[in-house]
Amino acid sequence: MSNATSERSATTPAGGAEPALELIGIHKSFTGVKALSDVGLRLYPGEVHTLMGQNGAGKSTLIKVLTGVYTPDDGHILLRGRAISPGSTLEAQQLGISTVYQEVNLCPNLTVAENIFIGRYPRKWGGVGPIDWATMQRRATKLLARLDLHIDVQKPLSVYPLAIQQMVAISRAVSVSASVLILDEPTSSLDEAEVQLLFKVLRSLRDEGMAILFVTHFLDQTYEISDRITVLRNGVREGEYAASELSRLDLVNKMVGVPVDATAAGEALADNADITPAANDGEVFLEARALGRKGALAPQDFDLRAGEVFGLCGLLGSGRTETARLLFGADKADSGEISIKGKPVKFTTPRDAIAAGIGFCSEDRKKEGAILDLSVRENIILALQARNGLLHVIPRKRQQQIAADYVKWLGIKTADIETPIGLLSGGNQQKALLARWLATDPHMLILDEPTRGIDVRAKQEIMDYVMALCRKGMSILFISSEIPEVLRCSDRMLVLRDRHGCGEYLRGELDDASVLQVIAGENVGEAA
Amino acid sequence: MNSKLVSDRNQSSTAFAAGRLRRVLHHPLSRPLGALAVLLLIDFFMIPGFFRIEMKDGHLYGSVIDIVNRAAPLMLAALGMTLVIATRGIDISVGAVVAISGTIAAMLIGGTMVVNNGVPEYVSNIPMGWALAAALGVALLCGAWNGLLVATLGLQPIIATLILMVAGRGLAQLLTDGQIITVYYKPFFYLGSGYLWGLPFSLFIVAGMFVVLALLMRKTALGLFIQSVGINPVASRLAGIRTAALIFFVYIFCSLCAGLAGLMISANIKSADANNAGLLLELDAILAVTLGGTSLAGGKFSLVGSVIGALIIQALTYTIYSLGVPPEVNMVVKSVVVFLVCLSQSPEFRRLRLFKPAGSGN
Repeated sequence: MSNATSERSATTPAGGAEPALELIGIHKSFTGVKALSDVGLRLYPGEVHTLMGQNGAGKSTLIKVLTGVYTPDDGHILLRGRAISPGSTLEAQQLGISTVYQEVNLCPNLTVAENIFIGRYPRKWGGVGPIDWATMQRRATKLLARLDLHIDVQKPLSVYPLAIQQMVAISRAVSVSASVLILDEPTSSLDEAEVQLLFKVLRSLRDEGMAILFVTHFLDQTYEISDRITVLRNGVREGEYAASELSRLDLVNKMVGVPVDATAAGEALADNADITPAANDGEVFLEARALGRKGALAPQDFDLRAGEVFGLCGLLGSGRTETARLLFGADKADSGEISIKGKPVKFTTPRDAIAAGIGFCSEDRKKEGAILDLSVRENIILALQARNGLLHVIPRKRQQQIAADYVKWLGIKTADIETPIGLLSGGNQQKALLARWLATDPHMLILDEPTRGIDVRAKQEIMDYVMALCRKGMSILFISSEIPEVLRCSDRMLVLRDRHGCGEYLRGELDDASVLQVIAGENVGEAA
Repeated sequence: MNSKLVSDRNQSSTAFAAGRLRRVLHHPLSRPLGALAVLLLIDFFMIPGFFRIEMKDGHLYGSVIDIVNRAAPLMLAALGMTLVIATRGIDISVGAVVAISGTIAAMLIGGTMVVNNGVPEYVSNIPMGWALAAALGVALLCGAWNGLLVATLGLQPIIATLILMVAGRGLAQLLTDGQIITVYYKPFFYLGSGYLWGLPFSLFIVAGMFVVLALLMRKTALGLFIQSVGINPVASRLAGIRTAALIFFVYIFCSLCAGLAGLMISANIKSADANNAGLLLELDAILAVTLGGTSLAGGKFSLVGSVIGALIIQALTYTIYSLGVPPEVNMVVKSVVVFLVCLSQSPEFRRLRLFKPAGSGN
């Protein structure tokens, strides 16, 4: 709490007005895990305020607290100086806090006008009669004109591109006489021209005195639109800054920070670094040429050699996971080629990639990894069984053997191999999923955030085991939002910024400081 | 749980027995089996000679045999439906496929009785084997259509199969001109009312299908893949499972089961009734699967449970008729019983702990 008050004077915008919205000392925990700890935020009328932070920094939790999805454990929300505690998104909306989410949640089959007034159609006869379509269309046209948008409001929403839909959503949000507008990653599926259109609208709303909270992970956009920036890290507010006074490098620095466990995990990984053989000796296992997909990754070249760790380094949304998904056939590339050991291949499904000897530990354990109701054994043998095919069932004894072996080797803590995987802790689930891929004896393993949300010990056990396999000739594509971890683990790494590759570096070419410069896009050596 | 059991054991042997009882009660099949047992118990007291089984002309006769025999088409449909539901899907075109397959078989067989030298002989339009194969073939096509819509085009299962539910019965009615087509061909009747080794032949079809399925589950990875896809389709695809092919297959299989059920029903009534054959059978099948403990949310499934579920439904119908419940309240009674069974399976309801055993609340 004291932290929040002491900084209050720092960056008040000119005019010194009262904040439209103020959060003081917000705490929120989920089953013992602290998601937000003493977080403050001040949002002034007439500003675009960007909320930045890495994955798991607490951005979405904070938004959900603001919009009434979550109730904070402690702390206050002040709307124009008055304490509020919204119990639902509807309540927050009625109070004047409107939110536009990343996924446009409107009804594509209804007209633009209907979408804007859904649930509160203007009615004839003083509000009790039939719907007054004419008034509705007139008011919708006027509202959109305010955003400088001149479209036919009688057409269904779905005929318009996503950016327009987004703006209809904004128009809907501001039409409920909102004083605070929250935009949760509105630009992630827009192209450059559409982003500009959106920003124009945001600027005019700002000039009308609206307080806008903007959440994004694009650095360029942040600097283009923001007046002020609040950085969150690990559920704690890192600080509140005027955008003009915070350099890109400082911003990245504050987002990434120095991980608390850098000493423990970092040293262990550094040990591995010494043992890993010189990277360039291994034969090339995978070759990607101009591999890309619209909205995911600009065409990019890279190689993966046998026995090396190839890191993908960048902020959230920089194209790390997207690259992994392209390599695994989870998404279809729309440009470029992949060859395995010199032979061109085409991956249209993950199945193809698995057949070529690739494994993929996804970053989203719950959605894309664990089959929660199935046992640890079934989860571990699943990929191997899928590769063997329907008919060549792995004998039960062999399944038990494989599961028991990996439970032992990876130190998976489970009552029994027949326990449903959903009953295990996150770290142990992660180990079991790693076992799923190791059981297929892959030539190449994609590790996307293999250590997210698990304790240091499990993290180290996982990395130790994988590194040992790498030394025996397996290639690893390593992705982590903890940049020091990528630096220490990778023999080579590709730095990504805003879905573009911006340089490949050997181990030792970058250190904790210079890598951030590359990520931030500030000229450093050949990175330009 | 384990430590609790141990401490129970130390307290007294009765507590241990209670713990074991609780484990039995927690078995997924305990509830459907319990419901069936209660029904049969009511029958035992209310219907004289309910469990009596007689031997007549080398066939077994009795209420129980009758229930099992009449449940045969439903059991088949429920087996197919189980796999569909396990993948998070649903197939409401089962009744329509029943009508189509029965109609095609009846039309192709047709049949006339020819008296040859004083010996009656039955002659079919085309050989019965071909007719049956054609009927089942069309059922497979129906399944392929459903599978195409759900697995390839990604339509919602209930909508995708709604198309065939409406169109399929219409097609059957078109074929028969809305008339009931009577079959005069004795070998065909064997499917619906024949006896083998003293037991209704239809039971052997159901048992055969059950054994085939059980072997598929045991000897292939089908069961694992179906559950996996039902629980988490995204993760399953990333693990390398051909989710689309698998979903395609379960719809084909479900339609095949429906087609077989259609043959049985048609053979039993010795005709094809495109208007009423298998009407609403899909809903009974879904109910049977649910009663058997398979969740409509997909994932874990129980084939035995679905068979028991089908038996519950048939036993209930039989009981209602036998007790002389007036036809007007028949449906109400049925729905009340179904409501009670479903209630007993609701986790929310069980959380109310109405049946909490004394002394377990430490």
